Parts: sequence; C-alpha cells; structure tokens
Amino acid sequence: MAEEGDRLYVVTADEISDRRRALGKLLIWGSFGLLVAMFAVQWLAQAGTLPIDFASWRPTLYAALFWAVCLNVAQVVLYGERGKRTLFVLPAALFVIFVVVFPLIFALSIAFSDWNLASIDGRKFNGFDNVVQMWNDPFYWNSLKNMVYYTAAILVEYAVAFGLALILASEIRARKFFRVAFLLPLMLSPVAVSWMIGKSMLEGRFGPIARLARTLGWDRPAFFSEPEIARAMIMIMDAWTFIPFMMIMLLAGLQAIPREVQEAARVDGASGWFGFWQVTFPLMLPVSITAILIRIIFKLKLADIIITVTSGGPGGATDSVTSFIYREYRDRSNVGYGTLLAIVYLVLIVLAITLFMKLVDRWMNPRY
Amino acid sequence: MADTDTAPATQIFHDSDHDRAGRVKWVAGRTAIYGILVFWTIVCLFPIYWTFTTSFKMAPDVMQGNLIPFVDFQPKWKGFESIGLSPRLLGQESTVRDEFLKRFMNSAIVALSASALAVLLGSMSAYGLSRFRYRFGFMRNPDISFFFLSQLILPPVVLALPFLVLYKQLDLLDTRIGLILLYTLTVLPIVIWIMRDQFQSIPVELEEAALVDGLSIWGAFVTIVLPIALPGMVAAFILSLVLTWNEYFFASLLTSTDAKTLPVMVASQTGSQGINWWAMAALSTAAILPLVIIGIFLERFIIKGMAAGAVK
Repeated sequence: MAEEGDRLYVVTADEISDRRRALGKLLIWGSFGLLVAMFAVQWLAQAGTLPIDFASWRPTLYAALFWAVCLNVAQVVLYGERGKRTLFVLPAALFVIFVVVFPLIFALSIAFSDWNLASIDGRKFNGFDNVVQMWNDPFYWNSLKNMVYYTAAILVEYAVAFGLALILASEIRARKFFRVAFLLPLMLSPVAVSWMIGKSMLEGRFGPIARLARTLGWDRPAFFSEPEIARAMIMIMDAWTFIPFMMIMLLAGLQAIPREVQEAARVDGASGWFGFWQVTFPLMLPVSITAILIRIIFKLKLADIIITVTSGGPGGATDSVTSFIYREYRDRSNVGYGTLLAIVYLVLIVLAITLFMKLVDRWMNPRY
Repeated sequence: MADTDTAPATQIFHDSDHDRAGRVKWVAGRTAIYGILVFWTIVCLFPIYWTFTTSFKMAPDVMQGNLIPFVDFQPKWKGFESIGLSPRLLGQESTVRDEFLKRFMNSAIVALSASALAVLLGSMSAYGLSRFRYRFGFMRNPDISFFFLSQLILPPVVLALPFLVLYKQLDLLDTRIGLILLYTLTVLPIVIWIMRDQFQSIPVELEEAALVDGLSIWGAFVTIVLPIALPGMVAAFILSLVLTWNEYFFASLLTSTDAKTLPVMVASQTGSQGINWWAMAALSTAAILPLVIIGIFLERFIIKGMAAGAVK
C-alpha cells in the first residue's frame, strides 16, 4: 500500500486576505458551535431540564451535516487552491469518520452495559459482566472454532479456483462462454442461493441432489442433521458463490505473467507439473496471497447462508460468529452483550490478519 | 491440474511414433479439460436452471423430480402468479405484486444510490490520493489510504448493533437513507481500491497539459481524467451494485416494513408456508434475474474490476 503513483505538482500563489481567513475560521467554529449547542439543547431536553420535546436526535444530525459542509467550504476559503485539493479526500474521510469511527466509539461504550432494547429500563452500565458472560459462553467459543474451520476451507476453494483459472487461461474454445458461466454464481444473492441450493436442491425428499444421493446408495439423505455434514454443506454453498471471485483474480494474475517466462521454462525442459511448481506457482504467489486475503476478509463476514438455512443448527455446529450474534440479538434483544462479542471478534480478526500479513510478507515480494 | 501437461506447443511435431504417442496424450488431455469445463459449467448453472424451471412447476412435478420442461412436465404460471407477475394477472390489481414491486424498488433504489455515492466519494479520494500529497495531522498519504482500505476488514456485525441503537435515536430505522449510508460504507474501500489502480495507470502529463491550457484542477479531473477512467468507474459501480443488491444482514436488522429489501423478503418467505416451491422459485428467480443479466452482458467490467487489485 505504500507505492505511489505519479504526483501532480502544482504551484499556486494563494494570497489569502485576513478577512477571508477570519471568515473561514468563523465558518468552521461557528457551525461547530451550532452543533455543540444543538447537542446540548437536546441532551438537556432529554434529561428533562428543558421543556422542549424532540421526537428524535435528527436536529443534531442536521447540525452535524451542516458542520461537515461548512468544514469543506472553509477549506477553500481558508487555503484557496490547496483547499480545493483537500476537497478530493475530505468528503470521503468525513463520511467514514461519521459512519465508522463515531459508531465504533459508541459501540465501545455500549459493550460494557446491559441494554435490552425491548425493555423500558434503558441502558445499565455493568462493567465487566459481559466479559465474564462471554468467557463462560460455550456457544461463542464454538462459533469462533467454526470460523477457523470455515477459514481453513478457503485452501480447498483456492485449489479449485486455481485449477479453473489455469484451464481458462489455456488454449480452449468458447472461453468467453465458460468465463460467463463460471462467473454467474458470484452474482447471486446468498439468500437466494440458500433457498435454491440449501432449501430446495438439498431437501431430503424431492431435492435433485437428495435424489442423486439416493441413487448412489445413501438411503435417507439428510444434509443438515449431522454436525459435520451440515458444516460441510455450508462450506460448499459459500464456496460455490465465491470460487468465481478467486478464479477471476487468479486468472488476471495468470494472464499478466509474460509468455516468454513460460516459454523459456519449457525450452529449458521444465514443462507440465514441474514447470507449474517451479515457474508458474512462484510467480503467482503475490496474486494468490492477495486473493486469499480478500477471500478471508469476506469469509469472516459469512452469515447470510447460515442464518437462512440452518440458523446455526444442529446444536450450533454451523454457527459463524456473525450468525451467532445475530441470533443472540434476535432472541434476547440485548445489544450490550452482542456488541461486546462483536468487538472481541474484531480484535481477534485484526490480530489474525496482522499475523497473516507478517507471515506471508516474504511471499508477497518474491525475489526472482 | 490436468491441463499443465497438455501444452499446445507439442503440436509442432508430427512425424515420428514418439510424437504420435504425444498426440494420444494430447487428445486425452483435451478430453479431460473439456470434461472438467463441462462439469463445472453444470455445477454453476444447474442451480439457476433448477430454480428457473421450478418456478413453472406444479406440486406433482416437484415431487416426481421432473427436470425438463415440455418433455417431463408442462410449464404453468403458478409460481409467478403467486407474486402477481403471470400474463393472466398482469392487467389486474394485485396486492402480492405491489408488495413484490415495492421490495424490488427498495432494493433497486438502495443499491443504485449507495453504489453511485460510493463511486463518487471513492473516485474523488482515490484521485486525490494518487496525485497530491496530504497531511492531516500525523496522517500522510499511505496512512490515509490504509485508513480507507482497512474498513474492508471491519465485519458488519461490529457496526450492526451500534447502528441499530443510533438509528433508533435518529429516527433512521427502516428508512432507505439509513441503508444507503451503511451500504456506501461497505463498498467504499473496494471502490477506492479499484479507482486508485485506475488513476495510477493514467499518465500525469495529461493533467499537466490540461493545467497549462488553463483548466483548474477540478476542471481537469472532471473533463480529462474521469472520461478516461470511466471503464474503471463502471467496473467499480457494478461490483458495488452486486454487493449491495445482495446484502442481507444489515437489511434484516435495520428494516422492518417500509424499507425492506428483496433479500429480506426472500428470506422471510422460506419458513412461513411449508414447501411452496413454485412460489419461492419464482421469487428467487425474480430476485436473481437482474444480476444474472448484468453478469451476462457486463461480464468484462466485473472481471476488470476484480482484476484491478490482483495485478500490480
């Protein structure tokens, strides 16, 4: 991520008069003052000190939006041309701060409280009770363990995707048709897939796959009653949707390898299996790692299929962390505990991904 | 993996017996390759075919496992009637159709606006980051890039419950705006990833020439750079569209009646009325159809978008 493109160097004479500078400052701090004032008024109104009744916190939201707009305008007023360059990045940055950083801080504050949205008591700070509860919650640890299984399945997906990419990159007819056909599963919504495959094709009596299983000698096919089989089915459905994703990335990588390299290898006698392991595979390592990394990131969000097909069953065997927290919230509508679980999950993810990046770092920048 | 030992270059030789053996091997290899290709095509397309045909089946057809229309079974509009989209019902008032169209429109509006917003914000910041030097406090360009791209790691579940509470306070629960904001966030890093790659491949001399000719920076960005980067923007837009159209998790938590999207509708139907296969199949078909069409006709843009990060 450190590499940089060509820089556009622009020199501009920005002469900002004192009055203009004062105006810019006034814009920023004035609107910020308005935001603070609005927030204070609503806070007091909610506490009952002020006799105003607000339906929601919308006014504060509008004040915050107004402040964001003023902050952008003030960039140009304050810094002239340099400010116009800032305008490229500032809106997106403000957006992310508003929708991620602020809610994350808020999440930290509710993670340590007992907050049942259904009850009228509202929020109760309960210190580390949630942490203790999490520590003693076998289902959470079970779902974390499942995530390890699910993530490990990526290696198989990778092998299949690599094989398909190799075939698509070789000399075949009707390449475009096969590419489109192989891509289609990626376009389908996981919810539709979970009905199409999970609930109809894998249905025990009438589903075509169950029928096939019966002709192959499995008497009473049941795909979601045994823990291992159910987990494998979830893995297969998820793999079915996401193999095209890895395949396309690997295909792009294969096509970027200069033909000369492979031809030279062939001339030197390295062909077939040997040539693949000695030439193609090492060259593909950086792309492979990127594809696997992105795939892991998507896999860690896995929930839709589980929620709609098994809702975690049998006995939590297919639960992912996301689907578990979803169910935890749906059953008890306790946002405090769920948020704590989610934040612990986030911390684990960040640690795991950092570790992963460190481990694969030397393969990302291979020496040829 | 069978294909690696069937390099086409072996074809150059034709004469000796030794090479004839190679020819047999080549034919075997080809057969294996096309066998794999056809097998995987069936794996990919059969569920779609199954869903599509099931939407025209009656109950006995489903139970007997009939597969081929007109041969095994006579297609009926029963499935599509249940969402009010059969030829017979098209002219009439239909509450189920209104319900379906409402969900469809919700999905369309949310997905299109979120993708458009993400492409707008993402292109601007990707361009800025690839062309100018910034310093926001301690953050320089690589840090800002990382700040944006790291959002990709954030699992939706971390934001879901805080957003539930915040949206409740802000009266944004069950509104399309609320969903649009969240969806924009989920695809923004991907858009920035793709667009940064695009802008870095555009030579900076173009803008320099434009600046010399008297355009402002924003003028050069809008009139010179954006048209060149348009394919990348289309790729980013379509990829965002796919992700936002299919999103279920946030939609099921944050919407209930007004802003409910198509995936939530599909999911809510599965358990409610036994195995009403034809209705579910018709609904699923209608839900996946727009993206299948996009996938078939705009495939090269999707591939371009996904390849952006892979090849540096």
